[in-house]
Formats: sequence, C-alpha cells, structure tokens
Amino acid sequence: MLTKRIIPCLDVNKGRVVKGTKFINLIDEGDPIEMASFYEKEEADELVFLDITASWEKRNIIIELVEKTAEKVFIPFTVGGGIRNLEDIYYVLRAGADKVSINTAAVLNPSLIREASLKFGCSTIVVAIDAVKIDSDWEVVINGGRTRTDLKAIDWAKKVEELGAGEILLTSMDKDGTKEGYDIELTKMVSENVNIPIIASGGAGELEHLYEVLVKGKADAALAASIFHKKEYSIPKVKEFLGQRGVEIRLAKEKIKSEKNNR
Amino acid sequence: MIVIIDYGMGNLKSVQNAFAKVGYKTVITDEPNQIKKASALVLPGVGAFRDAIKSLKDKKIDEELIEATRRGKPFLGICLGMQLLQTFSEEGGFFEGLNIISGKVKKLPSSVKCPHLGWDKIKFSHNSNHNINPIFRDVPDESYFYFVHSYYCEVDNRKIIYSTTDYGLVFTSSIWKDNLFGVQFHPEKSSTLGLKILKNFGELSKC
Repeated sequence: MLTKRIIPCLDVNKGRVVKGTKFINLIDEGDPIEMASFYEKEEADELVFLDITASWEKRNIIIELVEKTAEKVFIPFTVGGGIRNLEDIYYVLRAGADKVSINTAAVLNPSLIREASLKFGCSTIVVAIDAVKIDSDWEVVINGGRTRTDLKAIDWAKKVEELGAGEILLTSMDKDGTKEGYDIELTKMVSENVNIPIIASGGAGELEHLYEVLVKGKADAALAASIFHKKEYSIPKVKEFLGQRGVEIRLAKEKIKSEKNNR
Repeated sequence: MIVIIDYGMGNLKSVQNAFAKVGYKTVITDEPNQIKKASALVLPGVGAFRDAIKSLKDKKIDEELIEATRRGKPFLGICLGMQLLQTFSEEGGFFEGLNIISGKVKKLPSSVKCPHLGWDKIKFSHNSNHNINPIFRDVPDESYFYFVHSYYCEVDNRKIIYSTTDYGLVFTSSIWKDNLFGVQFHPEKSSTLGLKILKNFGELSKC
C-alpha cells in the first residue's frame, strides 16, 4: 500500500534556509544542502525548496543550489517560488529538480499548467494553492498571500487537475506559521474532490496535527518546516508516532532491523 | 563504461548522479556507436511513451537496444524505460514499443489516485525460481521504493515478474530475464536501497 509522505519544506532566501511567519520576519536556519542530506538520512520521503528570493538577478543562486542538491540527495525534491514560464521550469528541472511547483503564474496563466504538463510530464508539475477562509468558503490568494483572486479553492483545484497538474500543494494561509494545526476541513474538501495527490501545508505544530491531516484531512502527504528545523520533532519520531497509530508510513531502517532479528 | 541512453527526455542527470555516488562513471549519449561499445545500458524514463519511442526510432537507437539485449549486455530499464521494452502501450492511443519483452502498457484504473506517486512496497514473486536477482542483492523483501507513474506493464510471461506492488491493483514493479532488468520505481530517487540496486547493476557491467 502506498505510504503517506512526510515532507520537510526548506524556505530558501539567497541560498540560505530561512523561516518566517506568514512570509515575514525571516530568520536564518542553515545551509540547504546540509539540511537536505540530513533529512534524507532521517528518512524524509521528499523535500520541497521554496525559493523566496525577491530579486530575479539573484535567481541563478537557486539553480546552483538545485544542481548541488541533485548531486548529493537521492530522494525526490520539488522547487517552487517565482516560477513564471516554461523556460523557468526547464532550467529548474534540467538542474536536477524532480518537480516544480507553480503558484501565482498558474493562476494568472492557467494554460501554463497544460503546456508544462505536456512538455515535461504531469508528474513533474505541482500546482501550489494558497487559500484563505473567507466567510464559510476558501479563496485562492496569490503573490505570497497579498492578492485575492475571487477563485474558490475547490474550483481551482478541480481546474488544475483537468489542466494536467500531477499534484497539489495546498497551503492554508490562515494556519501557516501558527502551529495550531493544519486546516483539516479545507484539506479534506480538496482531497475528496480531485483524483491527484494532495500535499497539505501550513500549521504543523504537534504530532497529532500530522495524524489529523493525513487521516481526517485525507492528505497524501504532510509538509512542515519549523517543527523539523527547530528539532522539536525528528522525522523518525513523527513516523514512529504515525506508524503506531496505524498510518501507512515508510520505516525502512526499522524494517531492516527487524528482518535481521528474525533470522 | 555504463551508458545512459539520451532520448531527449527525462531527468538523466539524476541517474548519472546516483551512479556517481556509488562509484560508477556513466556516459549520457544518443550515439549508436557509443551504445554499441557500452558495457551496460540504462534506459531511464520520465515523459510520454509516444514521444520516447519516436525519439528512439528517429535516432536509430531502437535497433541498437534490441541487438544489445539479444547479445546479453546488462540492461536496466527504469520506469518509462521498462515500459518501452514492451510490445505496445495504450498511453495516448496505441503505440508500438521495442517488443524486447512481450507485454503491454496499461493505464492505472480510475478507482485509485493517479499518478501512483510516493513510496510503496515491493514484494518478491519468486514464482519462476528461487534465484536471487543480482541487482536486488542485499535488498530485503517488502522494501519501499519511490514510484511516479500513471501506466504499468502487463507482461505475458509471468515467470519474468520479479516483484509486484499492491496499489489497489497488483502490478509488476520489476522484471528480470537473464541480463535484462526493469524497474517501475526510481532507484535513483529511492535513497540507500535504490543506490544499492544501481551499485549492484554497476557490478554487472564489470563482468
């Protein structure tokens, strides 16, 4: 059975991992390649690099970073942040990323999803959806949450699936950085209405939150940043907790150990 | 020298990086001559079946590959690379493959999320014999590997199925026939155990 994925997210600014709350108050947290290697050893299932570097001139830093990561890290990784067109996607994939995540550009130009998916394969195209709750529904926001769109999250999710997205990275902007838990309602609604995998993001603070979003929220993967970077919980600890609660999870080391004991 | 076949698609660099990590130099090429001289061949794969087979034929690599497998050169097909070995694929219509393995490529049923994406378990079949597949040496049964695919292989000769994976439907996740190996998952993205498979394959190239 397919396992649920645990994905550390590395926000990268000018080649360094940073963390801010709701995209502000950036604090330096370390070297991205070292952190990526560390997470691979800890058995993270995938990694996401979110490039938040503001100026385009400095964007070649992320390409270099992707190249170096691809030489040292042997689990899949996604790169997102500021990807605007087919050319950007081409360079990031060619540098060694397995997937790219498109957000604002996909909303402004939905045909980019179709073109990218046809050109590079649907499994390389992740559409990131940032949603905020307004009254009793969720609306898509872009430009790092600064611009409203009038699009309902559920409608946009269905649309991106139709256009050929391979996966959705769904972030609750209300919960992001709060550590109060993921938006379970939003995640469940989207997951039940599309037939592509959903990565839930925004709000992880405790082990229980990951369990809730994977089981009640029906997410296929849970993404988190600060709980891992600040070493509040290690990935093995998260996986052990989820495994004990009956969630299908990859626990390779455990498996090898127990096989040896059986011999 | 291990040759990674370049047919203008897919993330070939990842495969090259992974071989480098376990100590094997590889060449990425689409030159029929280099393919002829290779000690082992890797056909990686990300992308659409139709474009891939067209590219192999346009570059006249298809015949080199058929000839190499006939001569028993170690050959590893990864993901789409394994699917390309089959007789035909239903991806985007009906397209003939290399027909090195008799079988077809079918779409995953709509009852499951598609693509099949993430880490899943492989289960060794051992229905033909109990020999250990050399590229799976030191890989325990029921290990997890990273998959990304919407289509799967249905091979006619069940004896070549080395492992299956259960994703609602039980499909062939690896095949083995003499020196011909195919894996539906991505060893280059499957961390330690994936690297082990590539290392084992690399050792065959020295024989």
